[in-house]
Amino acid sequence: MSLKQKLLLDSKNAEEAAERRFYTIGLVLSIVLTVASFASVMTGLLPHGWALPALALLALAQIVVHLRIFLHIDLTRQKREDLQLLLFTILLLGMMAFGTLWIMADLEARMM
Amino acid sequence: MSEQNVHPGMNLGYDGGEEEAEVKIFGFWAFVMSDLVTFGLVFAIFGTMAGSTAGGPGPEEVTDLTSVAIQTVLLLGSSFGFSWASLSMKYHPKSRWRTLGWLAVAATSALGFLVLEVVDFHHWTTIGAVPQRSGYLSALWALVGLHGLHVAGGLIWMAAMTGQILVFGLTDDIKSRVTRMGLYWHFLDVVWVGIFSMVFLAGVA
Amino acid sequence: MNALFGRLSWSELKLFETFTHGWSIDTLVAAGAAWAVVLGAVAVAGWLTWAGLWGRFWRDWLTSVDHKKIGIMYIVLGFVMMARGVAEGLVMRSHQATALGGGVLSEEHWAELFSTHGTIMIFFVAMPFITGFMNYLIPLQIGARDMAFPMLNQISLGLTATGAALTMISLVVGVFETGGWTAYPPFTGAAFDPGPGPDYWVWAIVLSGFGSMFSGINFAVTIYKMRAPGMTYMRMPVFTWTALCTSILLTFALPPLTVAGLMQALDRYLEFNFFTNDQGGNMMNYANLFWMFGHPEVYILVLPAYGIFSELTSTFAAKKLYGYESLVLATMSIAVISFAVWLHHFFTMGNSATVNVAFGIATMVIAVPTGVKVYVWMATLWGGRIRFTTPMYYMTGFFILFVVGGLSGIILANPAINWQVHNTQFIVAHFHNVLLPGLIFGIFAGIHIWFPKAFGFRLDERAGKITALLWIVGFCLTFLPLYVVGLMGYPRRSSAFDDPAFLPYMIVCLIGACMLAAAFTGLFVTLWISIRKRDELAVPMGDPWDGRTLEWATPAPPPHWNFAVIPHISERDAFAREKAEGRPYVLPERYVDIHLPPNTPAGMIVFVTTTAFGFAATWWIWWLAILAILVLVGWMIVHSFLDHPEVVIPAVEVRRATNVWIEAIELAGEGVTRDDEVSPKNRGYASTDMLVAS
Repeated sequence: MSLKQKLLLDSKNAEEAAERRFYTIGLVLSIVLTVASFASVMTGLLPHGWALPALALLALAQIVVHLRIFLHIDLTRQKREDLQLLLFTILLLGMMAFGTLWIMADLEARMM
Repeated sequence: MSEQNVHPGMNLGYDGGEEEAEVKIFGFWAFVMSDLVTFGLVFAIFGTMAGSTAGGPGPEEVTDLTSVAIQTVLLLGSSFGFSWASLSMKYHPKSRWRTLGWLAVAATSALGFLVLEVVDFHHWTTIGAVPQRSGYLSALWALVGLHGLHVAGGLIWMAAMTGQILVFGLTDDIKSRVTRMGLYWHFLDVVWVGIFSMVFLAGVA
Repeated sequence: MNALFGRLSWSELKLFETFTHGWSIDTLVAAGAAWAVVLGAVAVAGWLTWAGLWGRFWRDWLTSVDHKKIGIMYIVLGFVMMARGVAEGLVMRSHQATALGGGVLSEEHWAELFSTHGTIMIFFVAMPFITGFMNYLIPLQIGARDMAFPMLNQISLGLTATGAALTMISLVVGVFETGGWTAYPPFTGAAFDPGPGPDYWVWAIVLSGFGSMFSGINFAVTIYKMRAPGMTYMRMPVFTWTALCTSILLTFALPPLTVAGLMQALDRYLEFNFFTNDQGGNMMNYANLFWMFGHPEVYILVLPAYGIFSELTSTFAAKKLYGYESLVLATMSIAVISFAVWLHHFFTMGNSATVNVAFGIATMVIAVPTGVKVYVWMATLWGGRIRFTTPMYYMTGFFILFVVGGLSGIILANPAINWQVHNTQFIVAHFHNVLLPGLIFGIFAGIHIWFPKAFGFRLDERAGKITALLWIVGFCLTFLPLYVVGLMGYPRRSSAFDDPAFLPYMIVCLIGACMLAAAFTGLFVTLWISIRKRDELAVPMGDPWDGRTLEWATPAPPPHWNFAVIPHISERDAFAREKAEGRPYVLPERYVDIHLPPNTPAGMIVFVTTTAFGFAATWWIWWLAILAILVLVGWMIVHSFLDHPEVVIPAVEVRRATNVWIEAIELAGEGVTRDDEVSPKNRGYASTDMLVAS
């Protein structure tokens, strides 16, 4: 094996190790967040009324972790179109989902 | 070019087919976004029906947190196995069995998830928590079932892809398919995060 | 109910309704329509057999993935369905003219007519028209050889055809749904209507909806990723811009419809309780979901027509479009805001004033970008050297009538007024007033412009102009009276009325409807005359209108590969600039082999299996439904294992075809001036009328 080949292989191995580390971090983070979510409900440690906001925040954090690590969405230039598409989708979905909840809750209140 | 990621999902070290893969993967990403809107709307409908139990079983009766926790672990494990399959495809393209092994891990784990989900569904029918009972249960079955159907479809896809890897080897075209499958698989995780926290945990919080 | 045929029985066949249900105008219309469908299908099949064209039809059209052919097939599908839609309109107007205290049709039949008319005109006329135009034009305008996903494109066409086929089958077997094109439950729920009508509707809409969503993704990715080098976003033709926004709307607005349709199916088939009256169901969720799709749908349809009008004004005024940037911005704002106005379709549902006002204001806001567009077109025409061709006739009709329709929309955006006229003929007048002049006039103008590109000869101008005038006058007579009777309190969708004051208006409407039927016939007369005069009208060199965008820089019809070499774009309206500077039609320095996707039966397989599935699910023929799904999934898996070698067009062949075209242009010498545009001198080589600065 020539030196050049060996160097190439080394850098490739280093890259592989880096990617493995990246995924492992993702797995650990998502497990921690999942455990936190379940714990916030199952242990009953949180005061009443705090569980829902805590759950929402933890879910949001976990979704961001998944997007960043497993779906490789980031701020670099090549992926800007994908990020823009994601943000645009979230904007439209936000309008539709929030609108639905608002409209139906309003209706519910007037039917009571 | 081949050293950089040009699309969501990992770059699998293409051999000249990057551009074609880029278009296909972007197209699939757009499809995933459209699917995200579908899930989001079913979530919203679930939100409007969360209180419509019509005197039938409510969240307290249908939620088995232990089962949901195991399902979550299995689905995360499946996702992780898939990532490992992608990595072996990228760095060890010569040994297709290594990739297939990790794919098998991912598939088995997801199959376990589905079995547990079916057990849950069966449990619900025995306690009378059938979708015909109330608006809440209709929405619950539809939302969880839609996700389950996606996972089942993914498993069929994975089976087909295993065959393709055996027939074609790890070509550029196959790599592009694996990347798209990865997007789909990790996307289903994101949806499941929403389901376990906003449907099951929030239901009993 | 049996295992083989489900709930299908001989009595569902409508062909002999005059004998089984007694002789009346009502049964005659029903049986006549059923026979028209059957005989029409038999005639087409018989003609193909007689002329021995099945092989060519299969190879050149049904299995082709060429975006140009798929686009033409969409438009043909639109016309076939429009024939039914127009005929239904005529029948409905005849009924209304006799509806004082009764009417010639039964109430059920009347309800079925307005439901199929709406469903067909929106989903199987307007949608195929705009999808067809986008298919044909997007790759040509951005300098690409095909769509990003040619096979998916064919599958989309197959799914759209599935929906159309199911509505046609419902005319022969069983009945269609009777709850209007919106199909609100619980009226369409299993308890009130066990079927098969709503089942036909659900599967027609859901299956074709998947097709539309795939089209949206396909077009958007094509425009994002396949533009010719140098074509930045702000150098794209305006039609491509509107197509991009429509594609984005298709991608994101179809899911609510799919969700609503499938939840409706779960309610109907498995007794779920999404939209039922009891057990915690909430029918308001349906209205909410449906219109979350329904409102963006309006803009899905009208945006490409705006694009056509934009290309039209600048071409026939020989000026560059005034305010390109504001038009693009207006189009994008419409695309986003159209997701924030859906509640204005159900102001009367009972929401609080706060909710109603929020959506009322959003509705008024969305009128602003539309207004911007009208000014852009006016400013483009201003000071131009306008040629009054057939498309300009449509444009003029559009200008006046669309503004009227738009203003009636602003009136309706006010919740307080909306409460007064909700569910009256005023609404019917309003949406026909925007969709007919806005969309359909745009499509017909577009057909006059791009037909020569697609087929190599122009359409006859005199016949075209007479037809355009018939459309404009016929529209006014048919729909403007509805504003008046609407304000007088005539509810829409009612099969009879008892106020004699409505009658004169209804008679005017009937006369107008007859004119519209004549106008529709006029389109085919125009086509017939033009085919007979095709040598005189031929424009093989491809640029009959002194066009501005890339598609005009190809022969007519364009070769399968569109462009001999992919052009490099350095500015907006590049072809116009080249012509103005006197350097168009340059021979490429070198040619390379062109790779094109191979033919595939994918679209036909999807069409046959999904139609079988839709029909089987409607009639509870479970074995067939399962079989259809298995065949479809099995075929997809098998397909993924096959190798699909591309078609290679050798460089010499490309060179030969290009040389023939360029030589013809060189032999022609002088191009045709705009004065001779509609004379036989026009062979498609334009002596440009554009100034360098424009």
